[in-house]
Amino acid sequence: MSNPMPGVEIANTNKLIAKYDNETKTIFGFWVYIMTDCVLFASLFAVFAVLRNNTFGGPSGAQLFSLPYVLAETLVLLSSSFSCGLAVLSAQKRHKNHVIFWFLITFILGAIFLTLELNEFHKFIAMGDSWRRSGFLSSYFTLVATHGLHITIGLIWMAVMIGYIIKRGITDGVLKRIRLISLFWHFLDVVWIFIFTIVYLFGVLK
Amino acid sequence: MIMGTIFASFWLGKLNLKALPPNYIQMGGAVMILSILLGLLLFITVTKKWKWLYREWLTTQDPKKIGVMYILVALGMLLRGGADVALLRTQQSISVGHNMGILSASHFQQIVSAHGTIMIFFVAMGLMFGIINLIVPLQIGARDVAFPFLNATSFWLFFAGMILVNASLVLGDFAATGWLAYPPLSELRYSPTVGVDYWIWSLEIAGVGSLMAGINFIVTILKMRVKGMSFMKMPMFVWSVLGSMFLVAFAFPILTVCLTLLALDRDLGTHFFTAGGGGNMMMYVNLIWAWGHPEVYILVLPSFGIFSEIVATFSRKRLFGYTSMVWAIAAIVLLSFTVWLHHFFTMGAGSNVNGFFGIMTMIIAIPTGVKIFNWLFTMYRGKIKMDSPMLWFIGFVVIFTIGGMAGVLMAVPPIDFQLHNSLFLIAHFHMMIVGGVLFGDFAGISYWFPKIFGFKLNERLGRLVFWLWFIGFLVAFIPLYILGFMGATRRLDHYSAGLGWQALFIVAAIGTVLIGLGVGVQILQIVISVRDRKKLRDTTGDPWDGRSLEWSTPSPVPVYSFARLPHVTERDAFWVAKRHKIKDKSSYEDIVLPKNTPLSMVIGISAFATGFGIVWHIWWLAVVGLLSVVVTIIVRSMDEDTEYTIPASEVKKMDRQLRAEGGLR
Repeated sequence: MSNPMPGVEIANTNKLIAKYDNETKTIFGFWVYIMTDCVLFASLFAVFAVLRNNTFGGPSGAQLFSLPYVLAETLVLLSSSFSCGLAVLSAQKRHKNHVIFWFLITFILGAIFLTLELNEFHKFIAMGDSWRRSGFLSSYFTLVATHGLHITIGLIWMAVMIGYIIKRGITDGVLKRIRLISLFWHFLDVVWIFIFTIVYLFGVLK
Repeated sequence: MIMGTIFASFWLGKLNLKALPPNYIQMGGAVMILSILLGLLLFITVTKKWKWLYREWLTTQDPKKIGVMYILVALGMLLRGGADVALLRTQQSISVGHNMGILSASHFQQIVSAHGTIMIFFVAMGLMFGIINLIVPLQIGARDVAFPFLNATSFWLFFAGMILVNASLVLGDFAATGWLAYPPLSELRYSPTVGVDYWIWSLEIAGVGSLMAGINFIVTILKMRVKGMSFMKMPMFVWSVLGSMFLVAFAFPILTVCLTLLALDRDLGTHFFTAGGGGNMMMYVNLIWAWGHPEVYILVLPSFGIFSEIVATFSRKRLFGYTSMVWAIAAIVLLSFTVWLHHFFTMGAGSNVNGFFGIMTMIIAIPTGVKIFNWLFTMYRGKIKMDSPMLWFIGFVVIFTIGGMAGVLMAVPPIDFQLHNSLFLIAHFHMMIVGGVLFGDFAGISYWFPKIFGFKLNERLGRLVFWLWFIGFLVAFIPLYILGFMGATRRLDHYSAGLGWQALFIVAAIGTVLIGLGVGVQILQIVISVRDRKKLRDTTGDPWDGRSLEWSTPSPVPVYSFARLPHVTERDAFWVAKRHKIKDKSSYEDIVLPKNTPLSMVIGISAFATGFGIVWHIWWLAVVGLLSVVVTIIVRSMDEDTEYTIPASEVKKMDRQLRAEGGLR
């Protein structure tokens, strides 16, 4: 194989290769983790599919869900994915302030999404339709809240990352982590699309 | 008074004096476990080993040491699980007719559950991950795993789960629900004590550790193989681990979900598996076995890998049918997700569903059969040396084949309806798990022991251990097949004299005694071998005339594993290098290794606190534990100084010295 970077000493190339290997290793490992998380969500979706009609005299999805509200939630989350993408683009150009700005936007949008979700939960619980009401509601709350828990973890991670970028700037290590968090964030978006479709759209369809 | 109660329930949750053991036998267990713990602490203090222990072991990130710790914990748990068996078998041999034996029904059921849980999660999994940690990096020519910190954290989560299971001996009780805690029995209504919670949270914590280890080893094997080692040149053990770790990655999330849902049912009043409220208890059985069946293969595939290495080495031949072996592993990985329903044919899923799963179950026996034949053909016309690893292999083939045929028999749904929940089933799966998994792990330990510790185990005692285990095992489990046919069910704490089962139960108990003797001799073997370590020293680094890369390193393996990275051009790289006298020409280079850190252990302790807090509803403790995990992870992520470098000159000096001492090539 020819030297990919002419002019760079061989020893240096070796170090570069080692660094590159290290980075691909981490990102690949994170993909494998995301795959396992897919299995986790798939199990919860399966549980929801089994229990969705077990309303036990309680309300069904059609009676509970308000599609416009959920659509608003969805749009907020999708925009946060967009701003997260912009943060990664700025990070590749090493524009520190832009990265911080876009991550702040992402964080705020994520927080709004979480608030909307908790507000919906609160509304249901106040009406007496908590997870204790029926098998359907148990599976609904658990599936959606597991996604919400992931969002919460993402927000904590993002807050730490912002502090980290402010303090240390965009080093190679930071860039790698920015890639990881954006992977995580987009993955949560994809999961939400499934929740939106399977839980809410199909739920109202009935 | 009321203030006092509120105060106590905030700080202690459900924990009070009633949590202490209620009778003498349970108290005995508690005293035993506590005195072992105190004895250990005292021993370390008296011999002033705390600093050494902390620096060399508790904070280590080295997979070679983490592997040893896994194995030590697992062997300790083997004694615990074995003590459980002693009680169970005693009860079953004397609790006939008017004699009610020594254990109450509830206590008997707790011991059965603890036995199963401990043996699978903390013995079989521990031995497996221990051997994987020790050997996989060496076999692929890597100096470490992909994520060392994650690896140490996996171990500490495993450790936290182990402590939680054993805490149930002292405080509260354990699940009396069987090792998989089927609802509705395991729901709060029918199991109101903390037993099931102990079960849930110890497995949850250990399970997350296993999942992380699975991801870690997938990346290690796929991304860190030494130059030249393409997939079809990997040692068979590495292949088997890769298959097993894929199963871990796909199956363990299901376990996490399943346990969490049960916990939600118990703690937050959801209706996933409850009898009322729109729950579906058969969903639990489906979920737990969608994890549980792959789990069987998670355990047994690495054992298959170990036997593949051993048979080739001790027959001094290339492994027969390498490619078919790889495909057999791949087939098992895929098929293992299509057979879970055979654990509950009697659910009433209908003849078509049962038929499908029955046929799939018979099909999965085929790749396993391919493997057995491959091993036998490897031996055919080989120059076979019958050292103790090879004896374990012979024992494995005999037991695994008997157990496997019983399994194929039970794959036929109508027959399963007769044998379901009987001792026939118990005999079958013990033959698979003990004969398959445990024998494999024992073989692996005696095979790789000199590599890790620098001296061989005493061979004469090793043989004795094998024969005691092998004969004891047959004596203990063949009667169970017969008892199963006679209608004896599993988890039976009492039966009437007229059934005529007692004699067979006594025979089984005698078998257990033989196995117990085997374990005793095993301990003796280690003690004697440590005493004679100078005589048994392995100076060559290659005591068995091995084939794969781990044997090219000095024994015990130095911290950097490979002073110079080996070149791989063919399968059985080290064997080829020896035969063709290929000298390593690569140069020494700076070696970067992870620094020690106590943070993995901190995460383990915090996870234990969280689990213990949830079990006893001590919510402040659970929250503190969880926060501590989060903070520890953040602190770790801030640390950029996690590695140290051994300069090339230093490596060269150390390597020269080691090789001069041992007379290595």
